[in-house]
Amino acid sequence: MALHKPSTMRRILTVDLPMVAILAFTLGPYLWMFLTSISDESTLFTEGPSLLNATLENYTRLFRTVGFADNLLDSFIVAGGTVIVGLSLSVTAAYSFSRFEFKFKRVLMLQFLLINMFPLVLLILPLFVLMRVLGLLDTHIALIIANSTIAIPFSIWMMVSYINGIPRSLDEAAMTDGCTRLQALRRVVLPLCLPGIIATGIYIFITSWNEYLYALTLGGREVRPITVAVQTLIGEYEVQWGLLTAGGIVGALPATVLFLLVQKRLISGLTQGAVKG
Amino acid sequence: MTDATATDTSRHDRQSRRATLGRRVLPYAMLSPAVLVTLAIVFFPMVQTAWMSLHDYVLFRPNDFDWVGLENFRTALSDEVFWISLRNTIIWMGTTIPAQLLLGLVTALLLNQQFPWRPLARALIIIPWALPSVVIALMWVWIYDSNYGVANEFLLRMGLIQQSIPWLADPDYALASIILTLTWQGFPFFAVMILAGLQAIPQSYYEAAAIDGASAWRQFWHITLPGIAGVMMTAVLLRLIWVANSFDVIFVMTGGGPGYATHTLPLYAFIKARTNLDFGYGSAIAVLFTMLLMVVVVFYLRRTGKAVS
Repeated sequence: MALHKPSTMRRILTVDLPMVAILAFTLGPYLWMFLTSISDESTLFTEGPSLLNATLENYTRLFRTVGFADNLLDSFIVAGGTVIVGLSLSVTAAYSFSRFEFKFKRVLMLQFLLINMFPLVLLILPLFVLMRVLGLLDTHIALIIANSTIAIPFSIWMMVSYINGIPRSLDEAAMTDGCTRLQALRRVVLPLCLPGIIATGIYIFITSWNEYLYALTLGGREVRPITVAVQTLIGEYEVQWGLLTAGGIVGALPATVLFLLVQKRLISGLTQGAVKG
Repeated sequence: MTDATATDTSRHDRQSRRATLGRRVLPYAMLSPAVLVTLAIVFFPMVQTAWMSLHDYVLFRPNDFDWVGLENFRTALSDEVFWISLRNTIIWMGTTIPAQLLLGLVTALLLNQQFPWRPLARALIIIPWALPSVVIALMWVWIYDSNYGVANEFLLRMGLIQQSIPWLADPDYALASIILTLTWQGFPFFAVMILAGLQAIPQSYYEAAAIDGASAWRQFWHITLPGIAGVMMTAVLLRLIWVANSFDVIFVMTGGGPGYATHTLPLYAFIKARTNLDFGYGSAIAVLFTMLLMVVVVFYLRRTGKAVS
């Protein structure tokens, strides 16, 4: 497998071609959606999507008449808020897990893992009742809280694996030089795991941006994130596929771009624990 | 620490005592914000679900919150839709995950080979993972469209079908169509996880095996598979939970229909609460579903618990 180098022809047949087929399956639907979104709505059903008379009309309509900009802003506030809540709570917790030995450490760590394991449907009903009682329905705060239920445990696990990667001797050296624990954390550990923090933050951003069920249940009228807005483009009697696919492309773009930017680091963080286990 | 009147020794003494106390308290102090918040927004609501499931609680009669004990659960067990949903849930999770795993394994093995555009392929393969599930669902609704969908057109041109099939409106095809969509969405995750596992296998194993004359297939069977077994296991268990949460795709694509053909347990619980506002019964189904998942979760925790300690 590894020793003898197969000829180029054989490689193309056994590696390149299957890879192209899988990529076609992976990207095909996405490209099809894009093609639909730049097709003219009037000719879509007669001639099908095509590149020939490409138009941006669907996109301009999306922002002019449907008001997609407001939805983008809602999504941005919710996702950004979740990132702030998730990261600020998880960094110190992760440091504590990584550096100290204490009673109940294992139980507490498993507890955060356990939260990740509970199905969302178990939380969505009580959160709705809770937000209703608190009068928070249809606010950004409600959605930030709901998304934090996923973001906090996840980012704690990611941050533990990043902080574990920074040698203990560094914060010990800082403390010998007169830093307190918290100073060592702030001046030594945090700068070093900044790439990890950014990757975790981006992951939280993406998951909150893409979240749909909470947005639908806890928001919907005043606060309408992009995922809900895209879905409401499905009309009662007819579906405007051009508009809808344009909405899909716009809605997916920020998360996709962010994801491609950090995918390497993110994946190494995600898989580290799994490979070790 | 800045007590000027203290003698050197007692100051030192106090300092170290304070340091010990600090060492003992600090870990908890640093943890407490995260723990308290999760208690408030995760554990408290979870207990509330269990509590609601023991009550007759319909949201348009907010003042009625009658204790009914296990009545909701008894209703569920004699509810035909519950059993249909359970059956669909088993099919849904039982086929989606192996399909994702298999396709992911093939992709990972390909990505582990040397070819010029490997970095590009590795970056592109993960795109489905970053897409919002609503967008994925709508995109595939458009692909499956019975009149203008590209799936029908493609199959018709290939001569594989004789006439258009209404994929999502036909009870025989609806669940399978959704499973294909979810496979598409989830296999990159497996590919990436397994690829990381593959790259952790020392190259020298293969070299030694090749010197001993082992065929490529035997190398795969005796070195590669055992090497990635752990990763695959973890990935499957993680994915179970994620697939369980991916009922939003089903909700958008079919809403559970036609009929009950694509009803799954989490979706059924959600619909009960959302459409019928029956939060008591919805909670009971959610609790039942969670208990079924728990079996899997316990299995997972025992694995990861070993890794943590």
